[in-house]
Amino acid sequence: MKARVLRIGLPLLVLALVLVAWDLAVRGFAIPAYVLPGPGLVLATLVADAELLWQSLLVTLAITVQGFLLAAVGGIALAIAFNQWRLIEYSFYPYAVILQVTPIVAVAPLLLIYLPQPMAVLACAWIVAFFPVLANTTLGLNSVDHNLIALFDLYKASRWQVLWNLKLPAALPQILAGLRIAGGLSLIGAVVAEIAAGSAGAGSGLAYRIAESGYRLNIPRMFAALLLLSAAGVVIFFLLSGLSHLALRRWHESAIRQER
Amino acid sequence: MSGQGQGRAVVSLRSVNKTFDSGTVALDGFDFDVNPGEFVSLLGPSGCGKSTALRIIAGLSSASSGTVEWCADAAPAGGIHSIADSNSSSNSNPSPNKISFVFQEPTLMPWANVAANVRLPLKLAHIDQAHITGAVNRALERVGLAEFADSYPRELSGGMRMRASIARALVTEPQLLLMDEPFAALDEITRFKLNNDMLSLWQELRRTVIFVTHSVFESVFLSQRIVVMTPRPGRVFADIAIPAPYPRDEHFRTSAEYAGYCRTVSAALTQATAGGEL
Ligand SMILES: Nc1ncnc2c1ncn2[C@@H]1O[C@H](COP(=O)(O)OP(=O)(O)OP(=O)(O)O)[C@@H](O)[C@H]1O
Ligand SMILES: [Mg+2]
Repeated sequence: MKARVLRIGLPLLVLALVLVAWDLAVRGFAIPAYVLPGPGLVLATLVADAELLWQSLLVTLAITVQGFLLAAVGGIALAIAFNQWRLIEYSFYPYAVILQVTPIVAVAPLLLIYLPQPMAVLACAWIVAFFPVLANTTLGLNSVDHNLIALFDLYKASRWQVLWNLKLPAALPQILAGLRIAGGLSLIGAVVAEIAAGSAGAGSGLAYRIAESGYRLNIPRMFAALLLLSAAGVVIFFLLSGLSHLALRRWHESAIRQER
Repeated sequence: MSGQGQGRAVVSLRSVNKTFDSGTVALDGFDFDVNPGEFVSLLGPSGCGKSTALRIIAGLSSASSGTVEWCADAAPAGGIHSIADSNSSSNSNPSPNKISFVFQEPTLMPWANVAANVRLPLKLAHIDQAHITGAVNRALERVGLAEFADSYPRELSGGMRMRASIARALVTEPQLLLMDEPFAALDEITRFKLNNDMLSLWQELRRTVIFVTHSVFESVFLSQRIVVMTPRPGRVFADIAIPAPYPRDEHFRTSAEYAGYCRTVSAALTQATAGGEL
């Protein structure tokens, strides 16, 4: 109970201290708002521009969620295909790695040339989010207790029975860990692509707002948009952690509370 | 009482050799027959190939050379080289497989509760639901876990997990029950308790049991016959009958007769390990 209070109380205390220090610094040194706005001004901007920022948030979130879902389905499906057919794994795994190691910031401008802008942003979100799902699911599918495999073998389980009744449930913790990473990454992918597209000026997502405000030296709005982006990231993280906890709470070490 | 007799062997291994890709010769010239309804133990030092032999008998691994023959009642379903497929009509028998295996670890699926774990073999064989429920309840009752059907493996003690594992092996009503040091990780009290339970189960069901252990005391208490193996490469060093009558209980465990058998088997094991002749 006491640990719980500290876990929640201490970060809040740190936040309060930082906000006070920030505010004092801005007032004390009379820093102009176009260099560093105070926390009060950022909050006021958030309220004043609420409608515009909210619309932009929805655009970015829609892309993020779509990218995430595509990455989840694609990553899990490809991992299953790799696991079931060795030849597919040999053929495609190197390219999955190449896709992953190439910096997305460098790829985004290219995608923007070949794809319509919303598609390019979605593709970016998908590319960055996809690999952790693939890698984690592959690891999970391959690390099933070999005695359980022998047991399924003994009872002459079919390939699909082994996959459905053994490998997928056994891989669930790793799959969920992959999804948790992918959630954050798809937001990053969407933001990177929006920023890259920003100069083209066609988008209206939050990251586009940040870039646009930057050109106009509307620093308070930059901060307000940034705040919303972080909040979106945190919400995504907690949603996926909650999902993971819900799915694993009965049996997996990571989710059970040990009774002493 | 032991050795041959009582009709055809349930499973019969002839000069079986098992050499792994690494070059390790686990078994060499291994001859082994098991009679119907018999409780036989494989006893030998660690690494002598007991598990390897059991896996070959289960059809989970194949011999490098030599022959393995199963009688029709105990052939692994679609086993690697089962010779016993002429006897068909498997639909009269609800068992998906005539062989069950109990591993050294409980080997339960942690994401499934006890009932779901025990149900697994029947589910894999597409047995109809009505039959499954009854069979699962019966198996759980036999091992005294009926109350824990809804518990998850992590909520059970080590001994209870092992019993769940045994229930899963029994649920198919196998003709041949293979057990690979199932109680090795348990404390002595639990182990004695499970040994007693094991014997009453065996007397009730009269299935053939091959029990791997490296405990002389356990093997003497349980078995009608003990096959002592040599260190790697494993082969049969001695085949010792334990003609003491069943039921065997705590009284037997403390009797001079029991101690005498233990001495004999222990001596054989020592000699086998030292590489001497009997
Ligand atoms: N898959 C494998 N690949 C290579 N060598 C193996 C394999 N499985 C077993 N062996 C080797 O075969 C020998 C016999 O192993 P096995 O597991 O049958 O011994 P065991 O009698 O069951 O020992 P224990 O009592 O410790 O369980 C060992 O030397 C082991 O190293
Ligand atoms: Mg072993």
